[in-house]
Amino acid sequence: MIAVKDQIRVRPKSKRRFSTLLEGLLYLLPSILLFAVFLFYPMFKTIYLSLFLTDAQGNTQTFVGLEHYIQLFQSTSFLSSLKATVLFVLYTVPAGVLLALGLALLANQKLKGIGFFRTIFSSTMGMSVAASSVIWLFIYNPTIGIANTIIKTFGMTEMQWLLNPDTALLSVALPTIWMNTGFSFLILLGGLHNIDSSLYESGKIAGVGDFYSLRKITLPLLSPTLLFIVTVSLINSFQTFGQIDILTKGGPMESTNVIVYSIFKDAFVNFNIGSASAQAVILFTFILAVTILQFKWGEKKVHYQ
Amino acid sequence: MTMKKKVILYTLLTVSAFLMFFPILYAFLISFMQGGEVLKGRIIPSDFSFTNYSAAMQKVPLLRYLFNSFVVASLIMAGQVIFCCLAAFSFTFIPFKGRNILFLIFISTMMIPWEATMVPNFQTIRSLGLTDTYFGLSVPFFAMAFGTFLLRQQFKTIPHEMYEATQVAGVSRFQFLWKVVLPVSKTTLVTLAIYSFLTAWNMYLWPLLVTNDEQMRTVQIGLKQMQSQEVSTEWGVVMAGAVLVILPTLILLFLGQKRLQEGLTRGAIK
Repeated sequence: MIAVKDQIRVRPKSKRRFSTLLEGLLYLLPSILLFAVFLFYPMFKTIYLSLFLTDAQGNTQTFVGLEHYIQLFQSTSFLSSLKATVLFVLYTVPAGVLLALGLALLANQKLKGIGFFRTIFSSTMGMSVAASSVIWLFIYNPTIGIANTIIKTFGMTEMQWLLNPDTALLSVALPTIWMNTGFSFLILLGGLHNIDSSLYESGKIAGVGDFYSLRKITLPLLSPTLLFIVTVSLINSFQTFGQIDILTKGGPMESTNVIVYSIFKDAFVNFNIGSASAQAVILFTFILAVTILQFKWGEKKVHYQ
Repeated sequence: MTMKKKVILYTLLTVSAFLMFFPILYAFLISFMQGGEVLKGRIIPSDFSFTNYSAAMQKVPLLRYLFNSFVVASLIMAGQVIFCCLAAFSFTFIPFKGRNILFLIFISTMMIPWEATMVPNFQTIRSLGLTDTYFGLSVPFFAMAFGTFLLRQQFKTIPHEMYEATQVAGVSRFQFLWKVVLPVSKTTLVTLAIYSFLTAWNMYLWPLLVTNDEQMRTVQIGLKQMQSQEVSTEWGVVMAGAVLVILPTLILLFLGQKRLQEGLTRGAIK
């Protein structure tokens, strides 16, 4: 009797639990479906393709195992592409984050007309890669662009910004920093707004200087936001494509052939889809490693309010 | 604040504002110049006529490109807002088994760079015959982990008692989402919508891959095309094109800057 009673009581509960599960999944279904078709499936497919020789259409022909990876790490072209990618990340991320932080600190002051400056500083967030690159292509134009006009007024000689293998990558990094500043600025400014202003008040009463309160109050409390911005900037920087395509096409002498551009060229110009897929897997590994490292490091160093 | 500090701050602000805005201003000024003026390396145009703008419209079907971009960006915006709302609602208010693991899987998708999946994605769209369609340009981007995360943060601020009360009153979950959750989350929804639209409008690599038909190109690809055709001599026209491309997003940004800043920070740090 007792067992039967229990069953009667349990059944509707488990039924309800089941219908809750169904309903929960129903709301998630659209996203799950799209992630499955356009993210998880292609990620596995990329790994699969990286182990094969394919025809120009991307149909697999012969299994070659890790051959593509071995060839990549022996090819000077791919190694220089990796080098360009890492250098590009180093040029753009620290400088970009520092610039955005500086602007955010400036714009966080309570001054008349500060809204105007905030709007200007965030304006590059509305700039597309294509439009920004076209504008900077003109800025760098050796004969009529303003870049050479400016350095000539400082008494330097004209430069071939994008045509010289020594300066090309830096010349692409500069507009990239500029383009990304808008977004980073906006997020960092928001982070600064969220810091309790009474902390500064008590700092003032204790008579601490501006620089001290920046180091001891602002930066520690801003660290979660900073960590977020550094992670996003790093990932973005690894994925650079548009500005390379418009400004340099990977040249001169492959000095700006960053990894995504290299994947694009191998897949859609040279139709070497196996090798392109292997490079894509390497890119994925890079980003995964960077993200995990960031979070590991973040747990230790970041202060949460 | 002392007078001296104020002067220093305003000087710094003005100089950085000028430097940050200069490339945009420069493009704007060049877009009014005729060929000869551009070649002389001048900065201020002698007069402000719109001949370059009409030339840009004639050289390439710029209005068509703008229209395409508008359609694609609006579709992606609508898709992302709807899909993210549904997913975030499920993650916040429906206590089903395995929810936390699913949420982790959602978040982990942020670590897969889209570029690493572009070859199979291109193959999928091609084999479905969806190249050169608005569908193929927009649907792959409808699901977004960041947006789901952002909305979940907002939904979590809604008191759970409110949810329980509606459950007791026998209101369906969907009605609760529609009548209670969405209206109180307006700011975050607008933030997400602006962010989605901006990102979609500025997409470059995907439209480059899946459009061949002149009539289906988005404005970013059109601009690149224009620049590579109009080399050296017609810089004024190219800049007019660039200005037309950035105008919609700049206006959107100027109008929504404050909201965007508040809404995005909420998702970024909590």
